[in-house]
Amino acid sequence: MSPDRLIYMANQIGKYFESQHRQNAVDGIADHLRKFWDPSMRRTISAYAKNGGEGLDPVVLQAVRALSGVGPT
Amino acid sequence: MPLIQETDYGTPVSKAEKTVTLTIDGVKVTVPEGTSLMRAAVDAGIQVPKLCATDSVAAFGSCRLCLVEIKGRNGTPASCTTPVAEGIEVSTQTERLKQIRRGVMELYISDHPLDCLTCAANGDCELQDMAGAVGLREVRYGYAGENHLDAAKDESNPYFTFDPSKCIVCSRCVRACEEVQGTFALTIDGRGFASHVSAGIDQDFIESECVSCGACVQACPTATLMEKSVIDIGQPEHSVVTTCAYCGVGCSFKAEMRGTEVVRMVPYKDGKANHGHSCVKGRFAWGYATHRDRILNPMVREKISDPWREVSWDEAIGHVASEFKRIQAKYGRTAVGGITSSRCTNEETYLVQKLIRAGFGNNNVDTCARVCHSPTGYGLKETFGTSAGTQDFDSVTEAEVVLIIGANPTDAHPVFASQMKRRLRAGAKLIVLDPRRIDLVRMPHVEASHHLQLKPGTNVALITALAHVIVTEGLADEAFVRERCDWDEFQDWAAFVAEARNSPEAVSAITGVPADAIRAAARLYATGGNAAIYYGLGVTEHSQGTTMVMGMANLAMATGNIGRRGVGVNPLRGQNNVQGACDMGSFPHEFTGYRHISDDVTRATFEALWGVTLDAEPGLRIPNMLDAAVDGSFKAIYIQGEDIAQSDPDTQHVVAGLENMECVVVQDLFLNETANFAHVFLPGSTFLEKDGTFTNAERRIGRVRKVMPSRSGMADWEITVAISNAMGFPMHYAHPSEIMDEIAELTPTFAGVSYDKLDALGSVQWPCNEAAPEGTPIMHIDHFVRGKGHFVITEYVPTDERTGPRFPLLLTTGRILSQYNVGAQTRRTDNVVWHHEDLLEIHPHDAEQRGVRDGDWVRLQSRAGGTSLRAKITERVAPGVVYTTFHHPETQANVVTTEFSDWATNCPEYKVTAVQVSPSNGPTEWQSRYQGISEHNRHIADAAE
Ligand code: SF4
Ligand code: SF4
Ligand code: SF4
Ligand code: FES
Repeated sequence: MSPDRLIYMANQIGKYFESQHRQNAVDGIADHLRKFWDPSMRRTISAYAKNGGEGLDPVVLQAVRALSGVGPT
Repeated sequence: MPLIQETDYGTPVSKAEKTVTLTIDGVKVTVPEGTSLMRAAVDAGIQVPKLCATDSVAAFGSCRLCLVEIKGRNGTPASCTTPVAEGIEVSTQTERLKQIRRGVMELYISDHPLDCLTCAANGDCELQDMAGAVGLREVRYGYAGENHLDAAKDESNPYFTFDPSKCIVCSRCVRACEEVQGTFALTIDGRGFASHVSAGIDQDFIESECVSCGACVQACPTATLMEKSVIDIGQPEHSVVTTCAYCGVGCSFKAEMRGTEVVRMVPYKDGKANHGHSCVKGRFAWGYATHRDRILNPMVREKISDPWREVSWDEAIGHVASEFKRIQAKYGRTAVGGITSSRCTNEETYLVQKLIRAGFGNNNVDTCARVCHSPTGYGLKETFGTSAGTQDFDSVTEAEVVLIIGANPTDAHPVFASQMKRRLRAGAKLIVLDPRRIDLVRMPHVEASHHLQLKPGTNVALITALAHVIVTEGLADEAFVRERCDWDEFQDWAAFVAEARNSPEAVSAITGVPADAIRAAARLYATGGNAAIYYGLGVTEHSQGTTMVMGMANLAMATGNIGRRGVGVNPLRGQNNVQGACDMGSFPHEFTGYRHISDDVTRATFEALWGVTLDAEPGLRIPNMLDAAVDGSFKAIYIQGEDIAQSDPDTQHVVAGLENMECVVVQDLFLNETANFAHVFLPGSTFLEKDGTFTNAERRIGRVRKVMPSRSGMADWEITVAISNAMGFPMHYAHPSEIMDEIAELTPTFAGVSYDKLDALGSVQWPCNEAAPEGTPIMHIDHFVRGKGHFVITEYVPTDERTGPRFPLLLTTGRILSQYNVGAQTRRTDNVVWHHEDLLEIHPHDAEQRGVRDGDWVRLQSRAGGTSLRAKITERVAPGVVYTTFHHPETQANVVTTEFSDWATNCPEYKVTAVQVSPSNGPTEWQSRYQGISEHNRHIADAAE
C-alpha cells in the first residue's frame, strides 16, 4: 500500500498520543499500530522507516522503529 | 399468529406509586392514584363504551359516551376524565346510562354515511362497534337535514386518505399529532356543526407540516383517516410482531397480513423502544420489498462490462467459491475479504465474519459502521470500557437538560425525537451543538436554550471549552470523580482544559461561537440537574471523531452525569443494526463483544468451537482494502448488503479499487451502485422474509420475524452458509436461533440471550447474562465496565481540510426524514414525494455573492471531484457553510468528499469538505459519464442472448 497514505495516518495517530500526558507516546503509537493496522500496512511503514522515514514525525518514527524491532534511536 | 388485538385502556397509564381501591360494577379493583375510571374498569375486565378516548393520548371528554354513575354523587361523569377515588362504587351499565348513550350514538350516526358493508374499516371501526355496544337500533332524525356526507376526500398523502364525511370530530387525531408525534399539524377548526379537522391552515395533508408518521391514522376510531393499503387490500387476518429495518431506534411493529401480503405495519404498543409510535419509513415505506427492481435470481459475469447472466443458486455459489479459492492460491490468503451489513440481522453479520475469519483464514472483515460510528466504539470503550450507549431511550423522560451534538433526531431518529420533544415540552432544557439550525432549535412548543452554531470541524475545541468553564468555575462533581474515576488522570485533564487557550474567549475565534454562549451552555449542562448527551454522525465523521467522543465522555464524568436514569452519553445510530453489526465482531481487530483478536484466551474459545486456527493479526479496514486494491494486493471481496460505491467517501477512489479486483460479490436487494462493478450478484432478502434479530441504539435486541417466504429463495444467512460450505468450511444451522445460541456461547455479554428469552420478554438489552438475566437498561451504575472512568486529554487538532481561495466554503452532509441513507429502499417507495432530489443548502449571502437563485443548478466542487445539484437558499446554514444529503445516486455527493478520516478508526470526514459553489447548467461530466457506465453495467442478458 502506498506509504504516503500510511505516513499521513501514522502522523495523525502520533498527534493524539503526543498530547496524552500519562502515557508514553512512543508506546501508545506502537500499541495502536499493532492493534489496528494489518501486518502488511505495518510492514510497509516499517520498511519506509528503515529507509529514513522522511515525513514521519519524530515520535512516530520512533514508534514505527520500535514496532519492527529496530528499537528507538 | 392470529390478528393481535391490543387492549385499549382508554387513557394513559398513571405512574403514581400510591394506589386506590374502588368498586366497579361490583368488582373490586386497585389501581395507581390518578388512573381514570375508564382505565380502572378495563383492569376490572369491564369495557365502558367510548369514542373520543384512546390510551395513547390524554382524555378529552367530548363524546359523552363513556358516562358512568357514582354512588352518592350527582350526575353522570365521563369515566375517561374522572379519576378514581378511594372506596367509591361505580356503575357502568344502568338504564339511565343506556338511554343517554343511545341518544349520543343516534346523533353521531345521523351524520354518518351508512355504507358500512363497503367501508374499508368494516370490522375495524369503533363507531360501528359502539353502535353495537349501546344497542342502537334506529336513527330517528333521518338524513335529510344538514350533514357532512358530501365532504370531499383528501387523498394527497401517498399512504393514507382523509375522508371528512366519516369524521365524528373526536379530535383523537389532533391529540395524537400533538402528544404522540409532537408535530402540531392538525387542529379542529370552526365551532359546532362547522367544526372539522384541518391539516395546517385548511391545507391538503401533503402541503401541511404533516410528516406522515401515521399516529393520527392509528388513533382515528373511524374510516376517516385510513391507510390506502387497507382500502386496496382489505382488512388483515393475522399479524406477526417484528422490528423495523430502517433506523437505529428499532421500532417494534405488528406486520398485519392477508396471507403472505402485508396489509399494513402497525407500531406495537409493547415495543419498548417505540411504545406504539412510528415514523413514515417504518409504518409506510415497505413497498420496496415487492418493487419490480428487485433482483430475484443470482447472476454472474466474467467482466463488469458484460451483461449479467442469470444462473442457478448452485452455479453462483460454486462460482464464488472457486474464484475466491483461485485468487487466494494466486495472490495469497489475505488477498480477499468481506464487508458485513448494518442492515442485515445479527445472525447474518456474525456468519459473514465467521466465514471470513474461519473460512477465508484472515481478518479482512469490516462493516459499514466504519463510515459512521466506529469512533463511538473506540471512544466509549477507552473512557467507560464498553462500546455502546449508556442508557435506554426511556431514560430521557428523566432528563432535565438535553444536549444534542451533531445529530438531527427529528429527521434521523424520529420516534425517539417524539419522546424527547415530549420531555422538552414538559420543561427540560435543550442545548444544540450543530453547524446547522436543525428543526429542534425552534419548533412548535420546543425552543433550544442555546444553539451553539459552530464551524464544521471544530467540535473538539468547543467541547474542551465547555469543560474549561466547568472546571474553572468549580462546577465539576468532585465527589463523583473521586469515587468513580481515576483521580490523577482527572487532575491532569482539569489542568489541561483550564489552560487559557481552551477558554471560551480563546476558542470563540476557532469555532465562531460567542464566548458567553459557550459559558452559559456549560453552566446549564453542569448545574441544570440530570443532563443527557445525545449525539450522531456530526460527532463521529471528523478527523477527530474519536477524540470528540472521548471529550463528551469526559464532560459526563466530570459532572457526574453518568450511571443513572436521565443522564448518560448516547450515540444515535444511523442504520437499524449498526450496534448489532459492531457487537457481532464485524471489525477486523475484534471478535464478538469487542474482544481483541490478539487475546489468546478469547481466540482459543473461538478456535475450539469452530475447529480451525485463527489469525491473531488485525485485518484490513474498508478504506485499507480499497487502498490495497488500488495497489493490486487485494483482489476479491464479498459484500453483504452494503453500497460502498455510494456511501463511502471519495467515490472515484472507491471505483478505482473495485475496478481493480478480480471478483466482487454483491449480495443485495437491488442492483446498487457497487453492483456496477460486481462479477457476482446474489439476491438478498428483506427483513420481512427472514428470521433473526436486530440490536438498536440502546443495545436492545429485538426479534425480526419472517412474514412471507423469501422471494429469491434464500435468506441472507443461508447464502453465507452455502458459500462457506462450498469453500470447504462447513456450517450447519437449521434456523437463525441456532446461530444466536452459538453467539451466546462465545460472547459473555450475550450469554443469557436466546430466542426463547426474546419471545418471553419481547426484547432485551445487552449485557444479558447471569449477572443481568433480563438485560441492562442503564450501564455503569456502580462502577464503569473498565473499572475507573478514564479521562482523556482532548487536544484540538484542526483538520487538514481547510478552506482557501479556491475552495472557500465548508460542506457538511446529513439526512432527512423520509429517505434512508443511500435511499435504495426509500427511493423505491412513495416517500419520494417528500424528497425527490438532493439539494444544496446555501446561505442567502453566499448565494447572492455567486449569483445563485433558489432552485438553480449549481456545481459543487472540492479538490476530490465535482457534482451538480440544485440550490436551496436558507438561513439554516451559517454563511460560509453549505449542506446536502446523500440519498440519491445521481447526486454523487461522495464524489466531492475527501480521503481524510478519523485518526483512530479511519471513519471518513464526511462532515467537513472545503468546496466552491458556482452556477451550472446541469449534471457534470462525471455524473453523465457515470450514468452511462451505470446503465451499461446494469444490463441483464435475455435468456436468448
Ligand atoms: S401523520 Fe403524523 S404528523 Fe401527519 S397529521 Fe398525522 S399525526 Fe400529525
Ligand atoms: S379524523 Fe378520525 S380521529 Fe380525527 S376527529 Fe375525525 S374521527 Fe376523530
Ligand atoms: S425508521 Fe426508525 S423511527 Fe422510523 S419506524 Fe423505523 S425504527 Fe422507528
Ligand atoms: S370517551 Fe370519554 S367522553 Fe369520549
